[in-house]
Amino acid sequence: MAEQMKPGSGPLDYGNRLWLKVLFGVIFFMLYVPIITLVAFSFNTDRRGIVWRGFTFDNYVKAWNNSSLIEAMINSLMIAFIATLIATVLGAMVALMLWRFRFPFKGAYEAFMGLPIVIPEICMGVALLLFFNETGMMTAVVAMPWPLNLSNIIIAHVAFCFPFVAIVVRSRLVGFNRQLEEASKDLGASEWQTFWKVIVPFMMPGLVAGALLAFTLSLDDFVITFFTSGPETVTFPVKVYSLVRRGVSPEINAASTVLIVITVVATVLAMKLQAPQKSGKG
Amino acid sequence: MTDPIVSIRGVSKKFPGGVIAVDDVNIDIAPNEFFALLGPSGCGKTTLLRMISGLETPTDGQIIIGGQDMALTPPNKRPTNMVFQSYAVFPHMTVEDNVAYGLRVTGVPEDETKRRTAEALEMVKLSHLAKRKPDQMSGGQRQRVALARALVKRPKVLLLDEPLSALDAKLRDDMRMELTRLQETVGITFIIVTHDQDEALSMASRIAVIDKGAVQQIATPSELYEQPATRFVADFIGKVNLIDAKVLSKKAKAITCEAKGLGKLTFDTEKACGDTVAVAVRPEKLKISKAEPKAAGLIKVQGNVRDVAYYGDTSHIVVSIKGGPDLQVNVQNDSRTGGSGVERGQAIWVSWMPDDSLVLTE
Amino acid sequence: MDNWKDNRSVFWTLAGPGTFWLLVFFILPLGFLFVMSFSDKAIINGEVSITEYDYLTGISNYIRSVDTLYLTIIWKSIWVSALATVLCLLTAYPIAFGICFASEKWKPLLLLLVVLPFWINLLIRTYALIAVFRSQGYVNLALGAVGLGPYDMLYNNFAVIFGLVYVYMPFMVLPLYATIERLDKSYLEASLDLGASQFTTFLKVTIPLTMPGIITGVILVFIPCLGSFLTPDLLGGANAIMIGNVIERQFKAANDWPFGAALSFMLMYATFAALMLRAFLAKRSAGVDV
Repeated sequence: MAEQMKPGSGPLDYGNRLWLKVLFGVIFFMLYVPIITLVAFSFNTDRRGIVWRGFTFDNYVKAWNNSSLIEAMINSLMIAFIATLIATVLGAMVALMLWRFRFPFKGAYEAFMGLPIVIPEICMGVALLLFFNETGMMTAVVAMPWPLNLSNIIIAHVAFCFPFVAIVVRSRLVGFNRQLEEASKDLGASEWQTFWKVIVPFMMPGLVAGALLAFTLSLDDFVITFFTSGPETVTFPVKVYSLVRRGVSPEINAASTVLIVITVVATVLAMKLQAPQKSGKG
Repeated sequence: MTDPIVSIRGVSKKFPGGVIAVDDVNIDIAPNEFFALLGPSGCGKTTLLRMISGLETPTDGQIIIGGQDMALTPPNKRPTNMVFQSYAVFPHMTVEDNVAYGLRVTGVPEDETKRRTAEALEMVKLSHLAKRKPDQMSGGQRQRVALARALVKRPKVLLLDEPLSALDAKLRDDMRMELTRLQETVGITFIIVTHDQDEALSMASRIAVIDKGAVQQIATPSELYEQPATRFVADFIGKVNLIDAKVLSKKAKAITCEAKGLGKLTFDTEKACGDTVAVAVRPEKLKISKAEPKAAGLIKVQGNVRDVAYYGDTSHIVVSIKGGPDLQVNVQNDSRTGGSGVERGQAIWVSWMPDDSLVLTE
Repeated sequence: MDNWKDNRSVFWTLAGPGTFWLLVFFILPLGFLFVMSFSDKAIINGEVSITEYDYLTGISNYIRSVDTLYLTIIWKSIWVSALATVLCLLTAYPIAFGICFASEKWKPLLLLLVVLPFWINLLIRTYALIAVFRSQGYVNLALGAVGLGPYDMLYNNFAVIFGLVYVYMPFMVLPLYATIERLDKSYLEASLDLGASQFTTFLKVTIPLTMPGIITGVILVFIPCLGSFLTPDLLGGANAIMIGNVIERQFKAANDWPFGAALSFMLMYATFAALMLRAFLAKRSAGVDV
């Protein structure tokens, strides 16, 4: 196969090849068309959502007025918020501990920390369902006022989120020059002061990125929440699921679009915060 | 020359964004030459080498190898092979498979492949490591694998990118001799790229000195050293004293100028020049004496010793002269009682034969 | 790095909470599940109880899990996941490759565009596919415009496989991108210089040297596919259930928790087997580290 060489290009200039550009185009098209049409049709007046009949915000209004949907959304946000808080603290502590200390069976411990990431979600979900049931926690929290009745879900979310936070924070800590810490102590600061004034500021981008990651994971979670929630404590994805089982409707589109926007914003923010470190490693 | 094996005609390489890596280069390389592209980092020499190999394409000009224009020929079809600076020895294959790779992918029958591979390994003295994997070998050994891998293909031209730069001093000397010997044995054209003038001067039969993408001079090593064409070449190769001079008059075959600190000097040359030129003289051509030298025709100037650096076999003396730049003089230390016999602050005369200096117009 | 003994109080303060959380809210529940898998529903007054259990009665659940009915489903889950994984690889590799060789200013944008769908809720993305594939969905409408179809693209294996690929493909791009990015391009140049065609270079040099990334990506996709429940549930209907659906059913509709527990552990064992395979293969391949 004779390959023509354009003046100025090289044989490894794959980025310029037509077939690659076409392939990209096709795959991106297939990746985004379902999502874009979903968002687009959230503005459709047609009930069954196939044919475009007109632009409207009605679906958003309907979704807003759907009290159970709103309640589910508020539950999701509250769970995500609290779970993120706890997961970030736990994750940061584990990251610090792994970064700072040598100890026996460290490898095994790291594998242990990685288990929630590796175990299929459905196994974790049913295990927690069983656990909450057998320990009576399921019945206990139902009686509690909001937001405490969300406790089980929050506990579950923290369990699968904080290992992710630990990974993100740890990768940030790897770049920390310990001589900064030594300089601080040399200048008279105590361990505690050094921690807050030197280490924490350095960790901050990692903490924020980890927190955003935890937030997104919690907000989006379906499987684990599906098993650990009850009829009184429905979250947004679980609610959407029950609606979807009944059929397609533009209201779901509207609700989904809102979730998409929240997720995209959080993701882009998290990526931007990770970016400066990436160029350092590059 | 009779038909050059590689002919680079008006080749330029401009990158998007305006960077000109190679600027209108013209070089003819004869068959069986050991040719060097010499220049500082970033001068475009590696880009030029890659254009010869086909890994980059020129934005202007032609590259002709063995009489054929290579414009439409991709690198896998060119009669060239390259030894990369990082060697690029495939880590997932044994030494043997690495060397045989180029033969196998071009459909050479297996028995011939085995034979030629064994020969190539023998030539670089790696037969005993044929079954090893590269990660268990030293840098020097991997380089020899890369050499064997390229030579087994019997290319018309072998391209080497900074072949000695990654080796330590002792290995460098060994490899230098090895490469020269190989080139003579195998009888193909070698083109090397290097930033080290010692490498180029000691290995190559002709050198192209390149700066900022343009060719400064193409000549044999001794011509480059004794007759540099430009200030850059004079300064890049070896050490040189450069004295600025204002042109007083220009005739067809001579330039008369007023050199800083040296007075009026006339040079026989046919070069064209502007208002200023530089007088160049190598440190080892200068002589020092306490008394004024009386011999006729010498260029001489009086000055003060600013610094003496003793190097065992030679001494480097820096002499400051009134109205002109400091001159560096290299003297052999003949006297057994040590040194050049001069001290800092001493008044001294510096002189040289007119033929030992030349005028540079660019 | 300090030895833990040098600063015990700090060490335990940092290690304590996280370890406690995982032990109590992860390991312990898994332990409960494990016990449940060897248990049965209690029989009270001659009737099978809904809420009471006899613990540790034996391995009857496991025996039942390898019954033909379930074995078929497990087997189907494996081949559906495998097929989806392979398709993911075939689509993700060119994308990762193309991004690596794109110009510097496009790279971050292209990466973001590929990864972004992954961050959108799984449920929403799967739901979006329903609108695309159903009998009056976009694909059939488009095909109808040129006189083809309508085809049954929903509630069958095709939909599930497509759904899995759609959902997990971005997840495969990242490890592939990381490995291809680290590949020293001069290996490819050397191969071309020695006479190999682009295609041969790809087969003999690029693929072997990016194998660690390929293996990681494959495992990273295969495991979630195997355990997926939402995608086959929404897109597969009754015809295309996977092991995840069966487990879900045991805990909800069918109310046979012991059996569901056993099935869960079967799934976990399959997962671990895949992970060990990956560790084994990773050791054997040459890798890009040289």
